[in-house]
Amino acid sequence: MNIDALINGLPGAAAQGLIWGIVAIGIYITYKILDIADLTVDGSLGTGGAVCVMMMLAGYSNGMSLAAAFVIGMVTGLVTGLLNTVMGIPAILAGILTQLGLYSVNLKIMGSRANTPINPNNYDLLVSLRNVKNVPFYENAIFITAVITLVIVAILYLFFGTEFGCTLRATGGSEAMCRAQGVNVEFNKVVGLTISNGLVAFAGGLLAQYQGFADVNMGRGAIVIGLAAVVIGEAIFGRIFSNFALNLIAMSLGSIIYYLVLQVVIWRGLDPQLLKLLSAIIVAIFLAIPYFKGKYFNGVILARHSGSEKGDAENAGN
Amino acid sequence: MLEIKNISKTFNAGTINEKRALDNLSLKLDEGDFVTVIGGNGAGKSTMLNAVAGVWKPDLGQVFIGGVDVTKMPEHKRAKFLGRVFQDPMIGTAANMQIEENLAIAMRRGNRRTLKWFITKKERESYREKLAELGLGLEDRLKSKVGLLSGGQRQALTLLMASLKTPKLLLLDEHTAALDPKTAAKVLELTDKIVNENKLTTLMITHNMNDAIAYGNRLIMLSDGKLILDIKGEEKKHLTVESVLAKFYEVSGDSFADDSTLLG
Ligand SMILES: Nc1ncnc2c1ncn2[C@@H]1O[C@H](COP(=O)(O)OP(=O)(O)OP(=O)(O)O)[C@@H](O)[C@H]1O
Ligand SMILES: [Mg+2]
Repeated sequence: MNIDALINGLPGAAAQGLIWGIVAIGIYITYKILDIADLTVDGSLGTGGAVCVMMMLAGYSNGMSLAAAFVIGMVTGLVTGLLNTVMGIPAILAGILTQLGLYSVNLKIMGSRANTPINPNNYDLLVSLRNVKNVPFYENAIFITAVITLVIVAILYLFFGTEFGCTLRATGGSEAMCRAQGVNVEFNKVVGLTISNGLVAFAGGLLAQYQGFADVNMGRGAIVIGLAAVVIGEAIFGRIFSNFALNLIAMSLGSIIYYLVLQVVIWRGLDPQLLKLLSAIIVAIFLAIPYFKGKYFNGVILARHSGSEKGDAENAGN
Repeated sequence: MLEIKNISKTFNAGTINEKRALDNLSLKLDEGDFVTVIGGNGAGKSTMLNAVAGVWKPDLGQVFIGGVDVTKMPEHKRAKFLGRVFQDPMIGTAANMQIEENLAIAMRRGNRRTLKWFITKKERESYREKLAELGLGLEDRLKSKVGLLSGGQRQALTLLMASLKTPKLLLLDEHTAALDPKTAAKVLELTDKIVNENKLTTLMITHNMNDAIAYGNRLIMLSDGKLILDIKGEEKKHLTVESVLAKFYEVSGDSFADDSTLLG
């Protein structure tokens, strides 16, 4: 358990954290802004990885391949959105259905292989785990992903500040308000899911490059890892950051912290097979906190109301 | 301004829970009418408002707003004609957003939402003025998250949002019922002011008979999905709780199980 082993591992953890931070930003859009738990991401992350690697193997440029991953990812979100809004399937189930279907799709994209490597020696990869230290900064995976993250945050910040983007944020706040103000809630949900999965698939493309292969299972548990980043980011930075762009950056920071902590935990000798269990427990605890808080606060509100006018509670549902 | 023509709505048709919520209901509102709506629990008041707002389509009948047949128009398109305030103060505004953002969304009701970066300086000034008129001190809190406001403040804000872009019709569904009596009275005053200043055609559901009598120029009562009382003009001005109840017994010949709720 020497400290060098830990220090050696940290840059890699940071790079991975940054890439997963993009996933977390995508999940933030659905989970926090739209108030939808979208499980499509477990599939669309792999789709992004598969599309990106296959395109690069076929000779397309790095940029083209990542762009394709983004667009195909958007299509997966679109499918979930349409299942939810047009076919009336609850959002969670719609996401599960798409995710399951994508397992086959991802296999087919990779020519029926569960794992497709891409050799960093033969291809000009944007990010690679070889390039996290002892390289010029502009080749460093940490630097490159950080820049990409900032660009994504800037674009999303601009978008969510527009007339239309603002209604997207309102959709998760109150659907009734949106409908009353003439906002097409269904359309907004589809748009949100589409953007979110585009980002997740893009991150999948980056991740595949980073690790040097695309794998049909690479997205397994993505929703939980992404949520872990979201809840950590909110817990630590939620109070200090009020600006929307900073909130997005908090997701990325949350993800980096998550990976750094994992690195430490592994270094302390935790069996890596237990990592997913650990992640699930962390997320479960963090998700439970607002519930218990909410319970407490609701209690206060009800107490105040029942003092004034009885029957409010019964009527409130009408 | 509003014409409801023979609408019927049955919930859970063909099941044991079948409920005829609206039964061949017709109602016509003239421009500037401020109509208060009363009736017992389950009389169909909310259902009538929802039919106008387009929450779902009626089984039979038609709805016209300002002469336009909106029966088949989806809710979000119909919204351009309507201002709405709900009973639950938490749902008329988006808690996660700033006061000015909520107002800006309301300001664009009926417009296409573009990719323009928004809230102009001029706009902000006009919000400040309108908020000042509410007299709740919200004009200094444009950037506050709405979730930080009290129920009464949120309901006042919702009211402002409903009228910011003058609607053809204002729909209020027991919008003061969840507030404490003092706040409720204040919001109601505000409602009256906004309705009168903008000469809004209004449908206001209330469980408080005194309010139903004190406000508006017309009072209607629903029972079992039917319109059973419609009092307007001079007669409306001289109503008392007793005279409304007397009229109710006259038309229904029934003892009124729910008059405790009606009397508020
Ligand atoms: N979405 C729905 N699904 C099933 N039944 C419904 C639905 N909405 C209303 N109803 C039923 O229709 C009837 C009329 O309900 P409505 O909400 O219009 O009554 P209301 O006059 O507004 O009563 P309240 O004063 O209690 O608000 C009730 O019996 C109610 O249970
Ligand atoms: Mg009702």
